[in-house]
This record gives sequence, structure tokens and C-alpha cells, in this order.
Amino acid sequence: MKSERHKGSRALRLVPWITLALFLGPVLAGLAATALPAFGYLPALGGDQFNLHSWQRLFEVPGLTRAAGLSLWTGLLATLLTVILVFGFCSAMHDTALFRKSQIILSPLLATPHVALAIGLAFLIAPSGWLVRLVSPWLTGWTRPPDIAMVQDSLGLALVLGLLIKEVPFILLMTLSALNQVPTRETLLTARSLGYSPVAAWLKVVLPRIYPQIRLPIYAVLAFSMSVVDVAVVLAPTTPPPLSVMVFRMFMDRDLTMIFPASAGACLQFLLVAAAIGAWRLGEILVARGARPWMLRGHRKRSGPPLYYAWGGLVISLVALSVVGTLTLGLWSFAHTWFYPLALPSAWTLSHWLRHLPDLAGPALTTLLLGLAAASLALVLALGCLQNERVNGVGPASRMLWLLYLPLLVPQIAFLFGAQMLLVRLDLDGTWPALIWAHLLFVFPYVFLALADPWRAFDPRYRNTALALTGSRLRTFFRVELPMMLKPVLFAFAIGFAVSVGQYLSTIFAGGGRFTTLTVEAVTLATGNDRRVIGIYALTQAVLPLLVYGMAIVLPAFLQRRQERRNR
Amino acid sequence: MKHPDGLLLHRVTISLGALALIPETTLTVAPGEITTVMGPSGTGKSTLLNYLCGTLAPAFSASGQIFIHGRDISALPIEKRRIGILFQDDLLFPHMSVGENLLFALPRSVKGRHRRQDLAEQALDEAGLAGYYQRSPGTLSGGQRARVALMRTLLSNPEIILLDEPFAKLDTELRTVIRQFVFAHIAARALPTLLVTHDIRDAEAAGGPLLSLGARATDHQS
Repeated sequence: MKSERHKGSRALRLVPWITLALFLGPVLAGLAATALPAFGYLPALGGDQFNLHSWQRLFEVPGLTRAAGLSLWTGLLATLLTVILVFGFCSAMHDTALFRKSQIILSPLLATPHVALAIGLAFLIAPSGWLVRLVSPWLTGWTRPPDIAMVQDSLGLALVLGLLIKEVPFILLMTLSALNQVPTRETLLTARSLGYSPVAAWLKVVLPRIYPQIRLPIYAVLAFSMSVVDVAVVLAPTTPPPLSVMVFRMFMDRDLTMIFPASAGACLQFLLVAAAIGAWRLGEILVARGARPWMLRGHRKRSGPPLYYAWGGLVISLVALSVVGTLTLGLWSFAHTWFYPLALPSAWTLSHWLRHLPDLAGPALTTLLLGLAAASLALVLALGCLQNERVNGVGPASRMLWLLYLPLLVPQIAFLFGAQMLLVRLDLDGTWPALIWAHLLFVFPYVFLALADPWRAFDPRYRNTALALTGSRLRTFFRVELPMMLKPVLFAFAIGFAVSVGQYLSTIFAGGGRFTTLTVEAVTLATGNDRRVIGIYALTQAVLPLLVYGMAIVLPAFLQRRQERRNR
Repeated sequence: MKHPDGLLLHRVTISLGALALIPETTLTVAPGEITTVMGPSGTGKSTLLNYLCGTLAPAFSASGQIFIHGRDISALPIEKRRIGILFQDDLLFPHMSVGENLLFALPRSVKGRHRRQDLAEQALDEAGLAGYYQRSPGTLSGGQRARVALMRTLLSNPEIILLDEPFAKLDTELRTVIRQFVFAHIAARALPTLLVTHDIRDAEAAGGPLLSLGARATDHQS
């Protein structure tokens, strides 16, 4: 295809570069602009010399070592457990009906924001939470909430659990999509005909082939788990909190000079995540090397139903925790009186909703507009990049994938402050464009990933036929390609919307405190004690993306039915 | 009932809903014999193979029994059936070297790293591929890969062989060579073999009985 003949295709060529510029520039510039104050340079606050005072002040902060250790420990534990659970589940269950349905069961969870799930989990497992109520006092004998730290425990286990309920579905879905990229069925059949049990076959011939494709998502989970702020505010211990929360509080401190040690802390967080990813990579190499002899010794171990049920049970429990936790949000928002240890409220009321509706409307609208704008923009860019691949015959480059993941691999706290400084310079901070762009940074990778596989799998003969019939690229795109891909396109949009709704740090930093979204409100409220109000905000935050997700499923089905009726 | 040596399909029927894909069939394949199954696509050739492997989709219903050397395998999972399968694609595992693919197939009972490696090298030698142990499967030609795939299947010590259009993707010249190679090894080990193919020349070369599928089912539909 000659590009000279089509202005359109030349324009398309630019889309990947525009996208990269929108991404890499700000992330790298943000990192640099955060690093400068860490070494004393921030003229606005009188720092005009390079020195190490920021670091000295950082290391004087009480509990710093413990905070850093907590980040490392919870992040690595959550990632390790996620990977073990997903691979255990896949190897044991890949032959079952449940496994084939897991994509449908799990994708709504992906659409539910982290914070809503974390708050739901806290409502569930707290000493006065629903789980304790369900078994008290008849089983436990607890007539008062037990004095055990079940949420915000000092080991950070509640935080790890809160991360697991979101990351296991994510990595499982990424694994399912990787399984579609290799001839899984035939590969398994071959290994099994050689005498290998389903479990051994999956671990020895399928896993090694798909792991390279889920490596980046796993690193993203590691980076996220180590540096998340919003979930940690709800579930992590407070004295000290994980490093990310500590650094965030320093950035938000009324004493502006705290920005110096905070920047140093942000750099420390970056180094910590980089080191953890490096260590994980090393672990991969060692495991791969160590497993080789085991793979080739001819073990064909069969493992029976108990194992199979155990993995299924674990994953189902995680899903149940999310679903029931979200339900608990709803229960509290309608509870009039709900004394411990009753399993259900003794009186119901709409009054909380009615009272908070006016306050809720503003943040809900902001969240909605922001989500729609960021997801639409991400969708246009993703379609542009993918269409460029198709039209100009550029193959998907694996190196590009790293760049796509960059905003997900670099801890947000490490570059968002610097990015905010740049926005201030450009006089853009606290504006809609800045905020939409900040969301786009995290929305785009997910939209692209959700759309890429189905878009690339599209049978090119449809396009060629349509081109021959219409003679127009635009009409081919809008009349054939887009309608045929409506389902994955809307699905990608819904994922993008959900990611935007869940944004916390980026909203705070790029919004300059001028924008309040449901997530910002929910996190602020979560540190308080009024479960009814928390329930209202967290539930609304959970429901909004689910509605969009539901639309993404219903709309194509509806259009198709209408089409069929018309054709009759 | 007296069970002969080899593979026995005893009163096997397979249907999809109301459609009888395979009407009641009883069939013996003696050791070293290659029985060819032919028929246009959609007539149940791959369904029959799936049935033999125990991997029939739930939509199908089947009755009858399969015996290998008198052992009833009808209810066993594929990994306990001791069936060697060769597909159209060689399905060599790309994350293992050629030699490692063979090691993977060797039974656990062959102990010792050196002994296992020796057996793998020996198999490569037999296939005319000495010195290819460390090579990655991706660097081999189609014919070489087909030969490695056969050696891998044979090393796992199967009791019968299923060939699912194994020569379909090879060009004509190569097809004759590989066909001879495969058939010779099967004969040398006296393995009962079922060959599913589109190509009448495969059936002629196999020289065994011929089972035609699907004429009736197709007539029904048209």
C-alpha cells in the first residue's frame, strides 16, 4: 500500500508518536521534577543549591525504615500470592466448566474500583464487621467487638488481602488472554497423550510458554502493590504506614518545606520498586533454571480432586469477599439502627441517601465526566494506534509494550508531584485538561490492552471486501470495522471508564485540590467512623463503573437484536 | 468375550443430538496394522479421534468400549490410555530444545540423567538427526520437525498410535519420505495404528483396511 496516496494513513502514522509523547514525556519529566527537590533544588521554596539535606530529613522521619520494609513486604507478598493463586487455579482447574466461565465472572470485578473493594473488605473483616457479626455471639461468645486488629494489622495482612481480591482477577484475566495466543488445547493434549496429568501438563508445557506474556502485568501488580496509597489508607497499619502513604502525607503537609524530604521519599519509593522488579526478574531466572531438570525428569504426577477443589475454593472465596463486601456497603447505607452483634440492621431507612444526595451529586458528576472524557480519548488513541498497525502494516513491537506499561510500572507517587510542578509552570494545574490527561496516563494502557487482541484478530478479508465495495477507508472503518468490533470497543471503553473512576493520587495532584471525585471523597471519609456515609460514597463509586460495564454488554446485544428483527 | 491383541472398538456409536455421526461400529486393528479412516470433513473423523482420546466435547454422546490389548480404556483419562498421537502440526514445545522435547516424553522409569540423555540421542540418531540435540525446534525444517515429533511419541512407549492427518502440511515430495519413515517405525514396533486422512495415497501406502465415514450422514443433510 502506498502511503502517498492516502493522507489518512500518513496521519495515522503519527498517532503512536503522539500517544508516546503524551505518556513518556510527562512520566520522565515528572520523575526528574520530583528528583530535583530531593537534592535540594526547588527555587520556589528557596532551594537553589544542590545538597543532601532532603535525604537527611527523610531519614530522620520516625518509622521510615519500617515503612519502607512494610511496602516491600506487603508488595512482594501480595504479588507472590497472586501469582501462586492464579497458576494454581489454572493448572488445577483448566479442564472445568468453572474455568471456562471465569472470564465472565471476573470481568465485573475488574470494573470495581480498588477503594470500594477495600472499604467493603474492611466492613466485612473488621472486629465489628459483618463476618464477626454473623458468628457472634452464638459461636464466638463475643458480646462486644473483639479487641483484635483485623483491619490495619501491623503485619499488613489486611492490605495484602485487599490487594489480592483485585489483583487475582486481573492477573487471571491476563493469563486467560495469553492462553488464547498459543495453541493451548493441542499443547495440553500432546503432553497428556505422553502420559502427563492435566496439572503437570499445564505447569510444564503451558505456563513456560505464556509467562513471557504476563510478565509485564505481574510487574505492574508488584509496582502497584508496593506503592498504592488509597487502598493502604483504608487497610494498612498506621504507625507507621507503608512508605507511599508516609510520603503522600509529607507532600500534603501544611509545612511546605516537607516537600523536600517528601521528594526524597518519592525517589526512595521509585528505587525500592525498581529493586523489587529486578529481584523478581532474578527470581524468574532462578526458578526457570531450577525447574528445568524437574520438567525433564519425566515426572507425570497425577493430583486428584482435593487439590482441584482447594484452588477453586480459594479463588471463589476471594470473589465472594469482593461481592459480599460490596453488598455490605449497601447494607450500611440503608441501615437506620444496626447494633452489634446483629447480623442485619434492625431498622432500615432512606434518610442517609436523601440527606447526602445533594453532596453526592457534585463528585458523582465530576467522576462521570472525567471518566467519559478520559475513556473516550483513550479509545480514540488506541483505535488510531491499532488502525495504524493494520493500515500501514506495522507489526506490534514488543518493545512498544514496555513503554505502554511505563505509567503502570513507575510508582505514581514518584512522578505525580513532579508532574504537578510542571503543570503549575504551564499554568494548567487544577484544570480539566490537566486532570483528564492525568487520568489518560493510566486509562490508556488498559484500554489499549483490552482492545489490542480482538482488534488484531479481526479477519482482514472483511476489511478488504469492504474497501473494494465502498472504495473509501473512512466508510469501511465506520460502517464495517467499527460496527463489527463494537463489543470489544465498548468493553475497552468500560474498562477505561472504571480505571478513571478509581484514580486517587492522580486526581489529587493534577486536580490541585480543586476537583472532588467519588474516590477522593470515599478515601477521605474512610479514615472517619461513619459507616453509613462511607457506604453511600463507596457504593456509588462501585456502581457507576458497573453501570457503564453493563451498558457495554447490553448495548451490542440490543443493537444486534434490532438488526435481526429488521432483517426478518 | 475374547479380546484380541491390538486395538478393539467394540460396538461404538457416537451421536450429536439426534444425528448419529458414527453408527454402531466394531473394529479391530492388529499389532503393526494401519487402518485408515477416510471421509469428507464434518463426517466425524475428528470426533472419532476425540472419542479414542477421551476428549469428546460434552455435546456428543457415545456408547461402546475401547480395548487395547484386552485392557478396557473407555473410562480412562487420556494420560492413562497410553495412546501416541501425531497431529497435522508437530506441536514440538518451543520452550524446550529438540533433545529436551524427547526427554520430556521418556517415562519416569528410565532413571539417571545420562541414561535418559543417551536414549534421546539414540532416537535422534535413528531419525537421521544426530547432533540436533541442542537445537531449538523453530530452527528445524518441516520434515525434520515431523521426524522429531514421531520419535517423541515413540519414546513415551505408547501401545497404539493415532495419526491425525500427520502429512497434510508437508509438500508432496516430503510427504512420501516422511510417510515411509513413520510407517516403517510403526511396523518395526508392531504398533496398532489408526490413520485419519483426506489423502487416498496415504491409505494406499498404509496398505491396511479402509473405513469410510459419513456417506450416510451427509446424504441425510442434503
